[in-house]
Amino acid sequence: MTWLETLWTAVDAIRTRRMRSALTMLGILIGIAAVMLTVGLGQGAQQSVAAQIDKLGSNLLIVSAGSTTSLSGLRGGRGSATTLTAADAAMLGDREVAPDIAAVAPSSQTSSTLVGNGTNWTTSVIGSTPSWLSVRARSIASGRFFTTQELNTSEPVVVLGAETASDIFGARGAVGQSVTIGSQPFTVIGVLATVGSTVGGDQDDLAIVPMTTYAASISPSSGTSVSSIYLEARSSARLSAAYQEADNALLTAHGVNATTADFSLNSQQSIVATATTTARTLTVLLAGIAAISLLVGGIGVMNIMLVSVTERIREIGLRKALGATPGAILRQFLTEASLLGVAGGLLGIALGVVGAMVLPSVLRQPVTVSTTAALAALVISLVIGIVAGVYPATRAARLSPIDALRSE
Amino acid sequence: MTLPDAPSTHALPGPATRVTTEPILRLERVGKTYSTGAVTVEALRGVDLSVEAGEFVSISGPSGSGKSTLMHIIGCLDVPTTGTYRLTGEDVSRMREDQLAEIRNRRIGFVFQQFNLLPTMSAWRNVELPLVYGGVPRAERRQRALEALAKVGLADRVDHRPGELSGGQQQRVSVARALVTDPQLILADEPTGNLDSRSTEDVLNLFSDLHGQGRTIVLITHEADVAARARRATVMRDGVLSAAEGAVA
Repeated sequence: MTWLETLWTAVDAIRTRRMRSALTMLGILIGIAAVMLTVGLGQGAQQSVAAQIDKLGSNLLIVSAGSTTSLSGLRGGRGSATTLTAADAAMLGDREVAPDIAAVAPSSQTSSTLVGNGTNWTTSVIGSTPSWLSVRARSIASGRFFTTQELNTSEPVVVLGAETASDIFGARGAVGQSVTIGSQPFTVIGVLATVGSTVGGDQDDLAIVPMTTYAASISPSSGTSVSSIYLEARSSARLSAAYQEADNALLTAHGVNATTADFSLNSQQSIVATATTTARTLTVLLAGIAAISLLVGGIGVMNIMLVSVTERIREIGLRKALGATPGAILRQFLTEASLLGVAGGLLGIALGVVGAMVLPSVLRQPVTVSTTAALAALVISLVIGIVAGVYPATRAARLSPIDALRSE
Repeated sequence: MTLPDAPSTHALPGPATRVTTEPILRLERVGKTYSTGAVTVEALRGVDLSVEAGEFVSISGPSGSGKSTLMHIIGCLDVPTTGTYRLTGEDVSRMREDQLAEIRNRRIGFVFQQFNLLPTMSAWRNVELPLVYGGVPRAERRQRALEALAKVGLADRVDHRPGELSGGQQQRVSVARALVTDPQLILADEPTGNLDSRSTEDVLNLFSDLHGQGRTIVLITHEADVAARARRATVMRDGVLSAAEGAVA
C-alpha cells in the first residue's frame, strides 16, 4: 500500500466522521491560534517597548536618586531620597570631570494641577534646564523652549506637551496664553512636538518649567535636590566611557562606594533590556498557558483515535484478513492522527492570522505574526498528531485479526 | 482428491500414485492449544487434511468442535502450535505476521458470515480492497473489481453501498472480493449463516458455479444441508477431523 493510498484512506475515514473530526481538530485549532497570538502579542510588545525607549533620547544615561528608608524600615521608591542635587548635575556637565558627557539635564517632577482657559488639568510638572530638549531628543512644535537666561532668573514660563496644550486650550494656540500652577501664573511660551507614549508614561502630557522656577514656586520643599539627571553621551561608542565617568564622579562626590551608592545609573540599553525581558517573560508565561491548551488538543486527538480504534475493530480485523500488514495498519492510523493534527494546525494558523489582523485594533497592541512562527505551529501540530497517534495506532496494529473479526 | 470416482472420502492424502501435483493445502498432525492462565484448551488434536486443486470441501461440526480454530489456521489468520501446514507446498506454519498477511492477500479469498463489508464504501471499493494491500495500481484495481462484480452478477450494483444491498447481494459482493485477487483457495466461514433460504440457495449456487470453474473451495458450516453441497464433506469433532458419514463422493 503506497503512502498516497494510505493518505486517501485516512482522508476517507476523517470525512466519514465529519462532526467528530471537526471537534477534534478544533482542539488543535484553538491551541495553535492561542500560541500564535500570544507569541505574536509578546513579540509585538517587545518591539514597541524597544521603539518607545528609543524615543527617550539617544545615547542616554539616567541617574536616579536613591531611595529613602524611614525609621520604621519603610523604604521609599527610587528617587524618593534627596541625594542628587543641581550641584551634581553641574559637576557632571564639567568637561574636566566627564569628557564623554555631551549634555546634562537635571530633572525633578511632581504632579500638579494646571488652571487656565476656564478649565483645569492635572499633569506631571517637570523642572529642568534648557538642555532637557536635546538630551531627551525632543523638539518644539510651536513657540520656543525656555532659555538659560530664563532659568537663571526663575521666570514663570512653561512649555506644554502637545496633549496637555490641547486639553487645556483645545484647538486654539496655547502659546502666549496663561496658566496657573499652584498659585503662580505662568506664561505658555511653547508646545512640544508629539512623540506618543513611552515606558516612562505619556510623553505628550506634561508641563516643563525652568528648574529654578520649579524649586521656587512649585515644589519649594525640594530645595536644590533633583529626582534624576539625564546625561547624553557624545556618541554611542562613548556611552560606556560616559557611564564610568558619571559613576566614578558621583561615587567620589557623595563619598560612597558601589555597595552603599545613594543613586542608580542606568543606560538606555539596560532599560531596553529590562523592559524587553519583562515583555518576554510575560510572553513565555502566556505562550505556556496556550501550549497547555495545545497539549489538551493533542490529548483530544489521542482520545478520539482510541475511540476510533475500538469502534473500527472489525474493520481493522477485516483489513488484516485481506492482507494488511501490522505496519500498514499502523501507518493508516498514524496518518489519520497526523492529518487531524495538521488540518487543525492549518486552520489554527488561519485563525491566528485573522486574529493578528483584528486584535491590534481591539487591544491597541501590535501583534507580530512571523512565517517562522506559522511554520513552527504547523510542525508542532504535525508532531502532536503523530505523538497522539502512536499509542492508538500501535494498539490497532497489534490487534489479532481473529479477535478483531469476532468482536461485535 | 482430484477424481470424482475416488473410492472413499477421507482426510488423509490420497494414494501417492494419484497425487500428480502438490495439493493446495496439506495439514499434517496440526495441533492448537490455547492457554488462558491455568486453563489449557486443546482446540485441535492432530488434524490431517489435504485438499487438491479444484476440490470443494466442507468442514462441519458442532460449536466448540474446533472448526473455527481450524478455519483460522487454514486461513493463515493463526499458526498451529504443533504439526505443519503447507499451502501450495510452502510451509506457512511458522511464518511471521507480516508474511502471513502477504499469504492471505495473495493466496486466500475470504467469505465471512457477517459479510464484513466496509459500510462507507461502495461495492467496487470494497471489492478492490485486497488489491490495495497487494500493491495493484489504481486503474487496474477498478477494472478487476468490476470484472469480479460482474462474475457474481452485480455489474449493475457496483456503486451501491452495502446498506443499499440485500443480504444475498452483500454476500455476493464479498464473494467478488474473495475472487478479485484470483486466489488459490476460497475459504468461506458460515457464508450462509446470516441469509434467508432464498439467498442461501443463491450463494450456494454461486459456490457450485465457482467450483465448476475449477476453483478450490473450503466451506465451513454447521448446517448439514449446506455441507452436503460440497463434493467432499468432513466433520470436526472434539478437535479431530474425519470424513462425514454417508458423504457422497
